[in-house]
Amino acid sequence: MTPPRGRVVVVGAGHAGGTFVTLLRQAGFAGEVVVFGDEPDPPYHRPPLSKEFLTDPLERWLRAPGFYAEQGVALRLGEAVVAVDRRAGTVTTSRGESLAYDHLVLATGAAPRQLAVPGADLDGVQVLRSLADARALRDRVRTGGPVVVVGGGYVGLEVAAAARGHGVAATVIEREDRVLARVASPALSAILRDYHVARGTAVLTGQTVRAFDAGPGGRLRAALVTDEAGGERAVPCSVAVVGVGAAPRDDLARDAGLACDAGVIVDAGARTSDSRVLAIGDVTSRPVRALARRMRLESIPSAVEQARQAVATIMGTAPEELEVPWFWSDQFDLKLKIAGVLSGPYETAVRGDPGAGRFALFHHRDGELVGVETANSAGAYMAGRRMLAARRRVDPVRLADPAAGLHELAGV
Amino acid sequence: MPLITYILPDGTEKPVDVAIGLSIMDGSVRNNLPGIVAECGGSCSCATCHVHLDAAARALFDEPVDEEVQLLEFLDGADEDSRLACQLIVTERCEGIRVRVVDSAG
Repeated sequence: MTPPRGRVVVVGAGHAGGTFVTLLRQAGFAGEVVVFGDEPDPPYHRPPLSKEFLTDPLERWLRAPGFYAEQGVALRLGEAVVAVDRRAGTVTTSRGESLAYDHLVLATGAAPRQLAVPGADLDGVQVLRSLADARALRDRVRTGGPVVVVGGGYVGLEVAAAARGHGVAATVIEREDRVLARVASPALSAILRDYHVARGTAVLTGQTVRAFDAGPGGRLRAALVTDEAGGERAVPCSVAVVGVGAAPRDDLARDAGLACDAGVIVDAGARTSDSRVLAIGDVTSRPVRALARRMRLESIPSAVEQARQAVATIMGTAPEELEVPWFWSDQFDLKLKIAGVLSGPYETAVRGDPGAGRFALFHHRDGELVGVETANSAGAYMAGRRMLAARRRVDPVRLADPAAGLHELAGV
Repeated sequence: MPLITYILPDGTEKPVDVAIGLSIMDGSVRNNLPGIVAECGGSCSCATCHVHLDAAARALFDEPVDEEVQLLEFLDGADEDSRLACQLIVTERCEGIRVRVVDSAG
């Protein structure tokens, strides 16, 4: 077989785009590779930005400087792609250049949602997505505090934990009746809430930020919070991090007429509705193992998996089986590892000691494991992931029994 | 810089100079060698940097922490020679060691 040639153009220099080009070269692609990134920085590790933004250096590059040039990858930073002409097979850049492609890979990621409330534009109110955001947050927290986090998702809880770890007061304000309402089990939400509260974080659930209040000089002074009964109070803060989710940056794809539905629709080979255009990472709505519907998976493992899918598609090699989706988070001394996507009803078997921060929550339905959430229990996590992959029948009583060995439960 | 030989999943041998203080994972990532995926960037979270080392080479590194031991227990093809490359920090004593890389991609 002749190795594929031609020019691959990648839009987006995040974890997905950066990983894709390294794997494409590993696979022996001999053609031209051009990556456009609208940020000034080369691809970097994003997860530490919310977990360790007070620990230098923030710049943890995905690959060392110079790597891309060595690999024959043209990294064009600070330059966006503003239009795609699929009929001509060209992209137009923010500098007005037109560039032809043989394969186009969209890795444009997601943009943090802003809060549409009065005062959201005050100095001191920010989102956390990019390296530039993390630098701003670091500087603000070091010179100030207390911190308000709007949104009790993973990013918000990680920011609060990092702040508390440095002795800075932190309040998490969550609209739903529990933290991690959309992404975790109720059991994990409750355990993590207690863990944060025990370490001095104020966690306000069922409450919304109505406005941000400015003090003298126009600086942020407080978040004005409303509870479900209509009561209002001011939570003093000098920094507010808005972590209320992210929306797929699929404008380019939609403008180009590609099929989108809250993200660019892709198959298990990262193909869009146009065979010459692939999409990977947070921008995609993708098939998920053991799930009947497509969804967006905003995670590094998903981005890396899709980077591999895109390489296989371009190189014409065999497609891989879909992975069991997994996620990780670090909060205080908890190393959380989660596998599977929780959907529909399930029951939970608790193994270990949640109060001591070492536990596994095995979620099951009709005798089958549907998800596992663990903290400081890497073995239980790995065993759970294997059970999910094998669709192994499980006995809830034994899952919760510390005397039942994990190897035996996982059948390995 | 100590010379480390990576034996790749397809059997190819790649000798690479790895600076003291970097990890065995870093040495692979910087040279874009296949096999080690390193999704988490070296925080002992993802277990996608599985390698095998002989006993003499293993003795040159710190003992694995509990987290790593637990991850290794459930990895395909893991045995007593297994380590996660992100936890193996290169010192001057590592000159000439050989590392067998497991394919962690998929």
